[in-house]
Amino acid sequence: MSTRHLYLALAVAVGLASQASAQDTIKIGELNSYKTQSAFLDPYKKGMELALDEINSKGGVLGKKLELVVRDDGTNPGEAVRVAEELVTREGVVMIAGTFLSHIGLAVTNFAAQKKVFFLAAEPLTDKITWQNGNRYTYRLRATTYMQTAMLMPAAIAAKKKRWALVYPNFEYGQSAAENFKTLLKKAQPDVEFVTEQAPPLGKIDAGAVAQAIDDAKPDAIFNVLFGGDLAKFVREGNTRGVFKDRPVVSLLSGEPEYLDPLKDETPVGWVVTGYPWDKIKTPAHTAFVDAYQKKFSDYPRLGSVVGYVTIKSIAAGIAKAKSTETEKLVEAFAGLQLDSPFGPFSYRASDHQATMGAYVGKLALEGGKGTMVDFKYVDGKDVLPSDADVKKLRPAEAN
Amino acid sequence: MTFSAFLFQALNGLSTASGLFFIAVGLSLIFGVTRIINIAHGSLYMLGTYIAYSFATKIGGVFGFWGGIVATALIVGVIGALIEILLLRRIYRAPELFQLLATFALVLVFNDMALWIWGPEDLLGPRAPGLRGSIEVLGRRLPEYDLFLALIGPAVLLILHFALAKTRFGRLIRAATQDREMVGALGVNQAILFTSVFALGAALAGLGGALQVAREPANLATDLVAIGDAFVVVVVGGMGSISGAYLAAVIIAEVKALCIGIGVVDFGFITVNFSKFTLVAEFLVMAAVLIARPYGLLGKPQGAVRSIAEPEEPIRPATPMLKMLAVIVLAGLMGLPLLAQTQPYLLILGIDVLIAVIFATSLHFIMGPGGMHSFGHAAYFGLGAYGAALLVKWLAVPMGIAIAAAPLVALAGALLFGWFAVRLSGVYLAMLTLAFAQIVWAAVFQWEGFTGGSNGVIGVWPPPPFDKAWVYFVLTLLLTVIAVLLLRRFLFAPFGYAMRAGRDSPLRAEAIGIDVKRVHWLAFAIAGGICGIGGGLFAFAKGSISPETISVGRSIDGLVMVLLGGIQTLTGPIVGGSLYAILQDTVMRQTEYWRALLGIIILVLVLAFPQGIVGAFAALWRKRGGGP
Repeated sequence: MSTRHLYLALAVAVGLASQASAQDTIKIGELNSYKTQSAFLDPYKKGMELALDEINSKGGVLGKKLELVVRDDGTNPGEAVRVAEELVTREGVVMIAGTFLSHIGLAVTNFAAQKKVFFLAAEPLTDKITWQNGNRYTYRLRATTYMQTAMLMPAAIAAKKKRWALVYPNFEYGQSAAENFKTLLKKAQPDVEFVTEQAPPLGKIDAGAVAQAIDDAKPDAIFNVLFGGDLAKFVREGNTRGVFKDRPVVSLLSGEPEYLDPLKDETPVGWVVTGYPWDKIKTPAHTAFVDAYQKKFSDYPRLGSVVGYVTIKSIAAGIAKAKSTETEKLVEAFAGLQLDSPFGPFSYRASDHQATMGAYVGKLALEGGKGTMVDFKYVDGKDVLPSDADVKKLRPAEAN
Repeated sequence: MTFSAFLFQALNGLSTASGLFFIAVGLSLIFGVTRIINIAHGSLYMLGTYIAYSFATKIGGVFGFWGGIVATALIVGVIGALIEILLLRRIYRAPELFQLLATFALVLVFNDMALWIWGPEDLLGPRAPGLRGSIEVLGRRLPEYDLFLALIGPAVLLILHFALAKTRFGRLIRAATQDREMVGALGVNQAILFTSVFALGAALAGLGGALQVAREPANLATDLVAIGDAFVVVVVGGMGSISGAYLAAVIIAEVKALCIGIGVVDFGFITVNFSKFTLVAEFLVMAAVLIARPYGLLGKPQGAVRSIAEPEEPIRPATPMLKMLAVIVLAGLMGLPLLAQTQPYLLILGIDVLIAVIFATSLHFIMGPGGMHSFGHAAYFGLGAYGAALLVKWLAVPMGIAIAAAPLVALAGALLFGWFAVRLSGVYLAMLTLAFAQIVWAAVFQWEGFTGGSNGVIGVWPPPPFDKAWVYFVLTLLLTVIAVLLLRRFLFAPFGYAMRAGRDSPLRAEAIGIDVKRVHWLAFAIAGGICGIGGGLFAFAKGSISPETISVGRSIDGLVMVLLGGIQTLTGPIVGGSLYAILQDTVMRQTEYWRALLGIIILVLVLAFPQGIVGAFAALWRKRGGGP
């Protein structure tokens, strides 16, 4: 593990140094919370490297090689804006991409509009990036909290439960997911009751007390938005205390290997989740991706790998379509941009700048002492997104 | 919430309390004897969880788990001893608080070290062999391991209590906590005493971390979470009091469990989700305790520490040479806008550096000459920034008014909090300022409707012509120069002399008619107000402001800047602030392991310049027989 890390660091360093001397490159700026969200972003970085290799080995884009300038955003919106500014002014990148946490994504979205810089938000999930705070210069790849909640809605409705408990991390992403869930479920099932809402701080859940409080509220079903370390603690406490017994649980992101694998044999069987069953998706596009990834890194892909990979592929496709690296032309080119991904073809909507790349919805199960997803299917993003006319109303007038 | 639910949550709280107790008690012992605020204590706790995880999974079974926990405590104890011998021993003679800087550097190094060894993923250890199940209490299931944790805390408390009361080592610890010079004078080998106390404290942290392995995943963010909690527990309980630490741990854990248990309450006119208050609850408890009992629940007033550092020189007006240097630097900065075309980023970095200078200089004003170590200076930066940003958001005021209002908002906050804070001194003052900063942070974070919650306020951009980086740079430079000169003016006015008199000898100052509390209160407010200028400038420079700006990390950054430059000189914070801002920018760009690199650079600076950078140069200057 450690030596591989060292080699990786060396390789990146050497790579950056040799690329910097090259003249004919297109520089892309990327910023992310590598230090604090490394479980997702480490594979993400690998995904980007894989895509970059594939593109550049075929001659790059517009006859030039793509060059990636990667920065840590310090997990802090203020810092992120400084880093974005540094990428644009000192490194002279033609566009910026990245960010993970929703509030940081929002700050960079706003920066993009102010400085008229093209920004492709890779992972932040809040709806505001493409809707309420959307702007001309920002596109987003990952399926939003609204989309992923909507994907889980059929299962939540089919459970036919009246009393729901909600648990979510107390920041933009968790709040917006809980809000979406309540609105959508109320619409489908007007007599639904939300018996408790637990909003522990991100990364600091007191899991025993939270699990107990949920149990004491006697819900019929639970909607979970926790991820990462918070999720692992919550699951262990909930299992021991019998909180999940006879209660359907619907859960965002819990099927992503980043968050599922640490649970190992404690994976809560039967939860309906969005996620990424990487070893079970047998489409040709995905198999090719997994093979290439495993060959390059001798490790299996996580969801972050796919997001990193498709982010770079999107950028290459966008620049190729624009036939230019000018910001305005890129903005035009991304509207309706079609491309293939390991999950299948998708496009960037012209109406709200949201990509339609979907996610896998399925049930958690235990196989050989490890968590996995069963009965899963791919839900295309375009099937859960509101219509163009509806989102127009959500976006500020000047964003369209 | 029924009564039995309430009781059960209280039982839950006891197991959490044990975890808090283990981190806090070591910190408390170390502080009591060595007077070092060991920020790396949370890192030792984190390492405990990681090392225990490796034992539990690599060796496995009953022996791997339980034996591993004991082994982990020993290993972390050894690490603690090494830290004391290799690093801290070299800088005991540095000015007060300087050791904090060294332990901060260790936090950065340890974090990257853990990332390097164990990788980025959260590592959830196995359940405890023999205690996997749960028992039925009040019709609910309580994990056996939680029960075990709830019992082991008090057990360790008892052992420690008797060890301190009955053994020679314990007596030495208690004696050193009361008067360590006297202990030294009586012929006790201080070096061994300090090392063993540091090792004991570290081992307790390691044990606490190791015991969590069955409950929560080893995670790279644990270090800062743990140290924050530990501070609160130690201060609420009373520095140096181990029973106090346990009492405080129980109170805080119970308040949190209660908040979670209550959940959402509909008051008719407003619905409150109490589970969101867990973060601020502990700081509210801390603020309330410190206001009512300034030395914590079971703490005693600290024995006076006769500093072993060299006495501070009185401050003197700038020499002609320093003035010349200042003019040259200023001229150089005025020339920067000429580079706007070729080096646009230089200006953006310049703006950040200048804002850091305001932040550090205003903090130094109360820390150095004022002797009030504020651990929550970011609060006033944040109040200024939010004041300006919210005026723009809600009232659409022009930038000029918003930036002018920023220091006023910060001043108002500092007047309020300062009134309470100056009643305390030393580490208790530091912790009360920290508590206030956390309360401001929580208010900003929770009050979504008004402040934008976790997103903060976005879209606060300067209007033309200030949208050009060089124009905004000139504005920032102007305000920075005004702020720095203003602070200097205060220091060389009778007010400044009174402030220093109050720091050096409160009793004598009182006796000659200086109202020390009042002077310090005003100084606190002035520093807060000036800091607010920086906050206002920051909001417009970034176009946004978010709660991170008020976080503990930001306050610690301020301490690092001041200590790096040298707390005993007036140019120190200017150099320290600039250097830290530039370092952060460069280091973050250079390497994947930028935290470790930053930590190592700080360690080198700490060992090379134990009086801070400017302090070291000033000393050199004096030694060579130069002017004062």
